[in-house]
Amino acid sequence: MKILVCISNVPDTTSKINFTDDDTRFDANGVQFVINPNDEFGLTRAMWFKEKQGATVHVATVGGPSVEPTMRKALAIGADEAIRINAEPTDGYFVARQLAEVVKNGGYDLVIGGRESIDYNGGMVPGIMATLLDMNFVNTCIGLEIENGQATAIREIDGGKEKLEASLPLVIGGQKGLVEESDLRIPNMRGIMMARQKKLNVVDPVDAPSLAKDRKFEKPAPKGPVKLVDAGNVGELVNLLHNEAKVI
Amino acid sequence: MSVLVYTESYNGKFKKSAFEVASYAHEVAQNMGASVTAISFNAENNHELGDYGASKVLNIQNVDLKTFNAKAYAKAIAEAAKAQGAKVIIISSSTDSKFLGGILAAKLNAGYVPNVVGAPESTDPLVVKRMAFSNKGFAHTEITAETAIIGVSNNAFGIHENKVSANVEDFSPSLGDADFSTKSLEVDKVVGKATIADADIVVSGGRGLKGPENWGMIEELAAVLGAATACSKPVSDMGWRPHSEHVGQTGKPVASNLYVAIGISGAIQHLAGVNASKTKVVINNDPEAPFFKAADYGIVGDAFEVVPKLIEKLKEFKAQNA
Ligand SMILES: Cc1cc2nc3c(=O)[nH]c(=O)nc-3n(C[C@H](O)[C@H](O)[C@H](O)COP(=O)(O)OP(=O)(O)OC[C@H]3O[C@@H](n4cnc5c(N)ncnc54)[C@H](O)[C@@H]3O)c2cc1C
Repeated sequence: MKILVCISNVPDTTSKINFTDDDTRFDANGVQFVINPNDEFGLTRAMWFKEKQGATVHVATVGGPSVEPTMRKALAIGADEAIRINAEPTDGYFVARQLAEVVKNGGYDLVIGGRESIDYNGGMVPGIMATLLDMNFVNTCIGLEIENGQATAIREIDGGKEKLEASLPLVIGGQKGLVEESDLRIPNMRGIMMARQKKLNVVDPVDAPSLAKDRKFEKPAPKGPVKLVDAGNVGELVNLLHNEAKVI
Repeated sequence: MSVLVYTESYNGKFKKSAFEVASYAHEVAQNMGASVTAISFNAENNHELGDYGASKVLNIQNVDLKTFNAKAYAKAIAEAAKAQGAKVIIISSSTDSKFLGGILAAKLNAGYVPNVVGAPESTDPLVVKRMAFSNKGFAHTEITAETAIIGVSNNAFGIHENKVSANVEDFSPSLGDADFSTKSLEVDKVVGKATIADADIVVSGGRGLKGPENWGMIEELAAVLGAATACSKPVSDMGWRPHSEHVGQTGKPVASNLYVAIGISGAIQHLAGVNASKTKVVINNDPEAPFFKAADYGIVGDAFEVVPKLIEKLKEFKAQNA
């Protein structure tokens, strides 16, 4: 089985978010970048397939040279090869088109993306990719087993979960649940040394349009201080929720 | 010209979000001088959509589409959009709609913007405000494609009545076996209880509750408020509550009108998923808990004392306002 894990290079969860150039660009200054958490669950599941069932695992991303440390980290975790499509990601459609090209040329059986990236939260790349490639697709995937070219997947739904069956080739939008957080791997010294010898291929982008464009960014308005209610006067909270906030 | 809106239903009944997206579609259509066409799957009372501005409803009655199937639903919606010449399609931000969004975008070559928090700032070109950076920022996004898909964030626009009479037409999309290549085997869904995605109010418990045996008071508080129950990540990791209740950045997003956090510290990853809620109430025994900085109302106190009192006061309130 040949697996491609699509990786988004995102600001670490705890990063302070700032904008620059008259609020038209994300300010990457001083920000630590990591593998998108949803993708990390997928990468770990891919390692499970590699180790338990035998699979080749490649990782791909769309980005400039600055994303390479994140790709090296994926290689150190155990991916066999990395592909960087040398373009600045513009919108979800553009990214999906680039990744779809890699999938087409690489003959992958399983493509693992994340439910969404934690920066732009678009959540559309796996679905667009699957549709462009005419592959089966399962989103918000929290469980995946593959036996003889047939996948059984579990996806999260509002208020529960659904078990699905689909044949390969398959694209998933994964998240926590694909593996537990305790299964996530921190690259060890051996992995980091081996990653240096692994291939990090840089490929040119294909010509593709962007269908949406972020014009400007904005931070949420600063919040006023919390109104504290005395623990001995809980009725006051009910009163505030009814008369002031008007939510009950 | 029409604006097409996908209205979700469950067991034949429209979800609350169906009325919200229809209201949203009405607003967009008014700005564009267009009308609203809704598409529904196996809904019982399509005329209801007229109350929110849909003058036409494409009614699909098809047993194969009883349970949501992303590929087949997307094909049907794309077909309807083409047939109606719809250049703007409105969907919700439910888990199912987010499943559809990318598929639809690829089928229609459309610019898709999810997590939209208000009516468009402009319709020519179409510019919308959406959440980004896990609720730590907003983006003003222009759709540069000819066709647009807007995913409205739950509770962001609200439900607005605009009574028209809805003309209901049967619609039969041309579906074949290939559209059902992903098969549903089993659905495990809590029934008879509000879900996090639909609920106006969410009551959430964290590690401060000490164990699953103490969830009775969370359930009771939720029942009094007509709320859905949720939890922080460690709570679902430890198996105290099902994973579908885990909210936050790696769990489900919450955009309710009222979010009540009990025994939850308010770590940044938790806040990322719940900050879109309008009013936040925090009950925590630690006055330094970070959640108090993000909350609108707070009580510093022991949950085991405060929550039962709160339930009692809410019951009194309900009795008075019944
Ligand atoms: C990549 C990543 C992603 C993550 N994603 C998520 C996510 O999606 N959702 C999420 O929730 N977390 C997430 N986390 C974990 C997050 O960082 C916190 O660890 C978690 O939210 C803490 O949960 P908690 O507040 O229930 O528990 P704790 O941090 O243990 O806090 C418990 C709180 O309860 C209070 N308390 C204790 N006893 C009482 C009492 N008797 N009465 C009242 N209050 C009491 C304490 O004062 C404390 O504030 C993520 C972490 C990482 C690294």
